[in-house]
Amino acid sequence: MGNIKKLLSGNEAIALGAYHSGIAVATAYPGTPSTEILENLSQFKDIYAEWSTNEKVAMEVGLGASYAGVRTLVSMKHVGLNVASDPFLAAATTGIHGGLVVVSADDPGIHSSQGEQDNRYYAKLARVPIVEPADSQEAYEFIGIAFTLSEQYDTPVLFRVTTRVAHSKSVVELDDALIRPHHKKSFYHNVEKYVMLPTHARNRVPHMHRRMAELIEYAETTPLNQIIDGRSKLGVISSGVSYQYAREVFPEAHFLKLGMDYPLPPKMLHSFAARVDKVFIVEELDPFLEEAIKELGIQVEGKKFISRVGELNKTIVRHAAEKAGLITVPNQPSDIGAIHNLPGRPPLLCPGCPHSGAFFVLSTMGQRAKILDASGKSQGESKLIITGDIGCYTLATYPPLRAMDTTACMGASIGQAIGLEKAGVSSKVVAVIGDSTFMHSGITGVIDAIYNAAKIAIVILDNGTTAMTGHQDHPGSGISAQGVVTKAVDIEQLVRGAGVNDVKVVNAFDIKSIRAALKSALDSEEVSIVIVRGKCAVRNKARQNSRRVDIQKCNDCEVCLRIGCPAIYKEEGKIIINALTCMGDQCGICEQLCPKQAIGIFRDSK
Amino acid sequence: MVEKQDILLVGVGGQGIILASDILGEVALQMGLDVKKTDTLGMAQRGGSVTSHLRIGEKVWAPLISLAEADIIIAFEKLEAARWAHFIKPEGMVIINDLAIPPLSISLGTHQYPGDEEILNVYKQRTDRIHLIPGSRHADSIGDIRTLNIFMLGLLSAALPFRIDNQLWEKSIAAFIPKKIADLNMRAFNAGREVAESVNI
Repeated sequence: MGNIKKLLSGNEAIALGAYHSGIAVATAYPGTPSTEILENLSQFKDIYAEWSTNEKVAMEVGLGASYAGVRTLVSMKHVGLNVASDPFLAAATTGIHGGLVVVSADDPGIHSSQGEQDNRYYAKLARVPIVEPADSQEAYEFIGIAFTLSEQYDTPVLFRVTTRVAHSKSVVELDDALIRPHHKKSFYHNVEKYVMLPTHARNRVPHMHRRMAELIEYAETTPLNQIIDGRSKLGVISSGVSYQYAREVFPEAHFLKLGMDYPLPPKMLHSFAARVDKVFIVEELDPFLEEAIKELGIQVEGKKFISRVGELNKTIVRHAAEKAGLITVPNQPSDIGAIHNLPGRPPLLCPGCPHSGAFFVLSTMGQRAKILDASGKSQGESKLIITGDIGCYTLATYPPLRAMDTTACMGASIGQAIGLEKAGVSSKVVAVIGDSTFMHSGITGVIDAIYNAAKIAIVILDNGTTAMTGHQDHPGSGISAQGVVTKAVDIEQLVRGAGVNDVKVVNAFDIKSIRAALKSALDSEEVSIVIVRGKCAVRNKARQNSRRVDIQKCNDCEVCLRIGCPAIYKEEGKIIINALTCMGDQCGICEQLCPKQAIGIFRDSK
Repeated sequence: MVEKQDILLVGVGGQGIILASDILGEVALQMGLDVKKTDTLGMAQRGGSVTSHLRIGEKVWAPLISLAEADIIIAFEKLEAARWAHFIKPEGMVIINDLAIPPLSISLGTHQYPGDEEILNVYKQRTDRIHLIPGSRHADSIGDIRTLNIFMLGLLSAALPFRIDNQLWEKSIAAFIPKKIADLNMRAFNAGREVAESVNI
């Protein structure tokens, strides 16, 4: 009987591969498309898995575990590695003890991120190797190779995946022969390796360069890199999911498939190029491979024909190949005449979302409905400047709320608010941040605001979870990744401890209290914080007494439509509330806002 | 040798599309086929546009179905059927659930929901194999509107060019559906299959 076959996503395969490789510790902060790696690892109760406060802490916890001699997996999304870059580069300098593999899940095409970046450059910066799988089977197998590589060369390994590998499911044949027991923990006092005083660090740098030279030798023979013979005179070099598209576009070509993107194997590349008439490189995002291969003096083409922007697919690669004169495509079906102006389904805050009330109040206080001209841009300063952050609540940017002026990266709202205020804007400035994002990197902003006496207001939207990535726990929830009840960090006490005197906690579904608290916070001459607390609607199973509209009382003022609640809509001139999706008693915001008391339960009427 | 099948499932978040494609993926895996499946959800939220690309065959490389190459499109909602029509291959099979879920822009009056004929005409440019079927109504009469996804799987099972053993469907559905509603869902599956046969899918 053969081995078991399963249909696994790349992330599930990474988790299982890491578990089979004998990891003892796994750390992460949730972020699309990496989240499911730790979610899956947290199911194994014989290892330790944690949601860390942020990616920097995740990397530091991972580094400590590695120093203790055990295999450790740290995972994050591409921008997470920006946050973790300091300890990541430190880990590259000190090296490791137990194998340390760092998963970076890049998001070409920006499915759910604030930007697009090619994290392969981090490995070059840190002088560490990159391992990159092209499907779930490779994700499962390559993780084990990455751990061996890490230990053999005393280096963290950057394990790079992209959304399409992380989130696609493909067949994985499990292999019992890959299963390794945990290493025994063993920490040794070794200051020259672990204490990076300048004198010690100076000795580590040549070690890193020696390591790279040895890794180049390794790259020549590793099973991660493979040559697949073809029948034509064309040679294609590719890695990751790009390889899959390339295989379909060039069925006849010779392939050099790189499972190790960095460092590259010069001898293998030269001999591959010598066997073919022409070499074409298919890679997503930046010309990372192309630059390195050209540097070796090998003539190649690639990015001249393939965009550096966004995600690839077969159609894009095929067009590029055609433009490069490598293939001729038989007649394609003509483009379909599509329906003009098809309505989209833009993302919206959910019915009963605890963020809606606070944003409605901010939107009306800032007179946001009026700030835009016909081109969608304002001609002057917003009446109330609202700096935003990363989470579901970023959706409040869209009409009808339009309650956001900025969103940059995790935790930036508070620092940006301080900067705007210190630069002397004439409007009041309020920062809006979610609870998980606040724990991640909002706290340092609050400390800065207190220390530098910034006159800003901060709204912390506390829904008790990391909602956008699928409801992971965080320090404020007091439940660990493995479901252990620990201690909840109290946001109110935390900010009071930092020196904020003016802290109010309000119910997210009580418009009057939110308005009063926000007004007082904006009038205040010191840092003031309003914590708006309410359960995430997706997690709220209680739902009764959905609201209805009394059409006799309704005067069609459309105030309720300005909440942006997807359950409220207008059909044939009448306001209707969708009884199936309305959260009823759990919310009631529209009822509070209706100036004609036309919204209620109205059991008897229809 | 099984012919490669590129199957695109589309609809609105909450209709059980991902689960349906998971079950079909499992069936193909159990048949010993290669399977690649990728779901596109956009930002996590309720009520968004959902697509699931499922590719099965002896060997599958790319995880995404290419434009004009889908053998079958199965749409759980009409607007979504219209949105992804450019994926259908010439002479491909299209099964559309006769259900409209209008997005907010319809009630705000900035957009119009396309008419049935308009939607079908888009597909008619490439194929005549189009079936508009009141799946939601069937699911409702079976006893639970949430069985729509399994009803649609029943339709799909008849649309495949190769016959799959009913026991294999049953086993795979049971692997993904809670035990207490397994029977209900098998009824939905069989109903889908019967409807498919009655309209010669």
